[in-house]
Amino acid sequence: MSSVIKRSSYYKGLAGIGAAILLLGIGLYFASIRTLYDLPVLMVLLGIWITGVNAYRVAKPGVETADIEFNRKTINNFLTNYAIIIAMVVLVVVICVIQPRFMQVRVVLDIMTQSSTKLIIALGICFTLIIAGCDLSAGRIVGLAAVVSTSMLQTQDYANRFFPDLAQLPLFVPIITAVLICMLFGALNGFLVAQYEMHPFIATLATSVIVYGACSLYFDLPPNNSQPIGGVRPDFAALGQTKLFQVGSFPGVSVLIPIAAVITVVIWFVLNKTVFGKNVYALGGNREAAVVAGVNVYATNLFIFVLAAGLYGIAGVLEAARTAGATNQYGQGYELDAIAACVVGGVSLMGGIATVSGIIAGVFVFTIITYGLQFISVSPMWQQVIKGIIIATAVAIDMGKYRKKN
Amino acid sequence: MGEYVLEMNDIVKRFPGVIALNHANLKVRPGTVHALMGENGAGKSTLMKCLFGLYHPDEGEIIFDGKSINDIPNTKAALAMGISMIHQELHPIRYRSVMENVWIGRFPTRFGFVDHDKMYKDTVELFKKIGLNVDPRAIAKNVPPSQLQLVEIARAVSYNAKIIIMDEPTSSLTENEVEYLFKIIAQLKSEGRSIIYISHKMEEILRISDDVTVMRDGKYVGTWLAKDIDQDFIIKNMVGRDLTNRFPIKDQEPSSEVVLEVKNFTAAAKRSFVDVNFQLHKGEILGIGGLVGAQRTELVEAIFGLRALASGQLYKNGRQIEVKSVRDAKKNGIALLTEERRQNGIFGILSILDNTVIAAQQSFAHMGILDNAKREPAASQSCQELKVKMPNLATPIKNLSGGNQQKVLIARWLLTNSDIIIFDEPTRGIDVGAKYEIYTLMLDQVKQGKSIIMISSEMPELMGMSDRIMVMCEGHVTGFVDKENFDQVEIMRLASSFKK
Repeated sequence: MSSVIKRSSYYKGLAGIGAAILLLGIGLYFASIRTLYDLPVLMVLLGIWITGVNAYRVAKPGVETADIEFNRKTINNFLTNYAIIIAMVVLVVVICVIQPRFMQVRVVLDIMTQSSTKLIIALGICFTLIIAGCDLSAGRIVGLAAVVSTSMLQTQDYANRFFPDLAQLPLFVPIITAVLICMLFGALNGFLVAQYEMHPFIATLATSVIVYGACSLYFDLPPNNSQPIGGVRPDFAALGQTKLFQVGSFPGVSVLIPIAAVITVVIWFVLNKTVFGKNVYALGGNREAAVVAGVNVYATNLFIFVLAAGLYGIAGVLEAARTAGATNQYGQGYELDAIAACVVGGVSLMGGIATVSGIIAGVFVFTIITYGLQFISVSPMWQQVIKGIIIATAVAIDMGKYRKKN
Repeated sequence: MGEYVLEMNDIVKRFPGVIALNHANLKVRPGTVHALMGENGAGKSTLMKCLFGLYHPDEGEIIFDGKSINDIPNTKAALAMGISMIHQELHPIRYRSVMENVWIGRFPTRFGFVDHDKMYKDTVELFKKIGLNVDPRAIAKNVPPSQLQLVEIARAVSYNAKIIIMDEPTSSLTENEVEYLFKIIAQLKSEGRSIIYISHKMEEILRISDDVTVMRDGKYVGTWLAKDIDQDFIIKNMVGRDLTNRFPIKDQEPSSEVVLEVKNFTAAAKRSFVDVNFQLHKGEILGIGGLVGAQRTELVEAIFGLRALASGQLYKNGRQIEVKSVRDAKKNGIALLTEERRQNGIFGILSILDNTVIAAQQSFAHMGILDNAKREPAASQSCQELKVKMPNLATPIKNLSGGNQQKVLIARWLLTNSDIIIFDEPTRGIDVGAKYEIYTLMLDQVKQGKSIIMISSEMPELMGMSDRIMVMCEGHVTGFVDKENFDQVEIMRLASSFKK
């Protein structure tokens, strides 16, 4: 069982499959079968995407020009490389069969919305993972940003104001203040790592405890005294709740989706097109070699944690806006979700390996599974078990890829 | 038992995309030292790993001690059968004692608990047997690497193996310790054990081995009695061509212009180099000779800004410069190619492109944003000039051979416009054919008016390439030898002459 085809014909074939899905979707749309819900629309979108990507690959060939070979080995490789994605597709199909209402544009948009802030955090934490570190303070920094920003963004007539006499500030002032404070704590992380060559695990653990303590102290200030912060200004809440293009029966696109998309593009650019990004990969690939090559290890380390904390800050602000409130418990445990998403997305804990596309996939895998399991009413306890199995399986498969086969 | 204690016949081992062993053969007589030779990548280590149960051959048979064995499942089985191995790279458990390192995996026990007294006694006895003077209770990290290598040898002996595989056992040993190792080998031989000896050092091979097997590209080339052959014969068979000249001819004299002057260099660390003074001329290759522990690497790392100085000044083209970090060195056109390429040279998982431009990134960037339109052509041109053999720039550098990796590292520093290039063991772990290419590249650089400082522990290389040799011993410069006076004996005398 072995056949070889040209790479360009392979892409053409995939584009053809995309076109077929597209056409089938259009056909089903006009057949208007009630029980399929929005499946035709989703098929059209999927078809356009697959066709577009592969048409582009045909038009602009990349570095890889080797022919594609189909045999037992390459198929096995494909299956291991995409095992988690394949498992997810299977799961989605099962959910769709059990509960066809899952096939709605609304569901897809919900999943994307829920992924937005998680993606921003994961993109921050990936920098610390690339240098073979981690960041345990991510969740607490998210919480800090949420508390600080909401505390200064309450409506004038709200009874229980955090700062009773605070004037109406321009929207960006508290937001930028919150993000800057987060970056300051990021700088503390970076300083501990760069100056004392502390392992990021312990440096960020220390910072996370400090941040939580400081956030709780702030939260406990009179007159608030540790009550959940509410009465958030509508212009702030709009930042997380606005729905764009809300016409007719279309549920609208949450503003969080374009925000996350812009940040993703920026981070992709930073990682791939800047000196800093290349230095991050170099540092993770081989720290000693980076020193010998004259990479500014100190500055790179410091900036990694500042940048990451900035992203957590943004995620915290958005989270507060979305929920129109905050407590000091916000963001708790987010760092572990983000690390898990990164790892499932192919980020190596040994450092040096990470792609933005992988991280996006990792985040989506988790959201889709959580959302899907909720949708078919699987108990939250089982959801935890399943999530854990996914993490272990994903990493086991990933390690298998790099392990030498003797 | 027949004539051989071990026969490996027509061993084939395939890895994805390559045939690492293509009908390799090895026949070892009892009580002999059998040298296994070949360029890097010839398949020596792979063959030994098949014997030691680390790899599993796809075809072929292994006959050990008269019994045919198709596959050795793991190293534990290999050790039980009587095959032990000393690895090229040491992996001691740094924070445990020497004796624990020796007996790990087979601690003597009493009622299920580790019997430390017996372990101590056994270790003392073992060390006494081979005349090794190391405290069994010392913590491994406090024992010098060369002594640890001997401990490793003791460990291999302790298995009472019929065959001991030694993979480059002398790479971290000093001259005296090598002699000592040879004594142990002679003793093992007299006990009827066989040794498979892998080394790149021809002199050693011809001195101690009885039989020599040469491999090339995973294939068996031939086996000869060591007394019937010489160095050139081995090299010829290893590379498959005549190698009349091991070094390219340098047809240009260095100028008298001084480009770099080192004055009163003393390290901040204790027991390192002291009061080093030398001048480097334009177009010169200055060799630094010395034994292990002469602090040569430490000296060049200090020049490169990696180590702190207690005192000393550095002058470039007559002007004093401050080199406190690698970035300072880079600014002043000083480059260093380190000895441990994998450890602190290459970024294994990154592409050749990234590896090439990493040191010169700022010059391909505007406001921190990389300009790929400049970066890629520069890297590709530089790699072409140095004749790096590669599929494309996106290939991870770890897929290249040692020689090509070294070329990429040279390309890296040429892109920073360095005019003083320091090579620390430039051809370490590089096979014979590629060595010549590296030498040619070095001469090309000198021809273009650059200057080179080269540390080398290989005497022929040192004398073949240098215009002048500075010899160090225990952190002190013990002399300079000019090209017309190059003499192995004189250099060795200087290298071991300093007495405190």
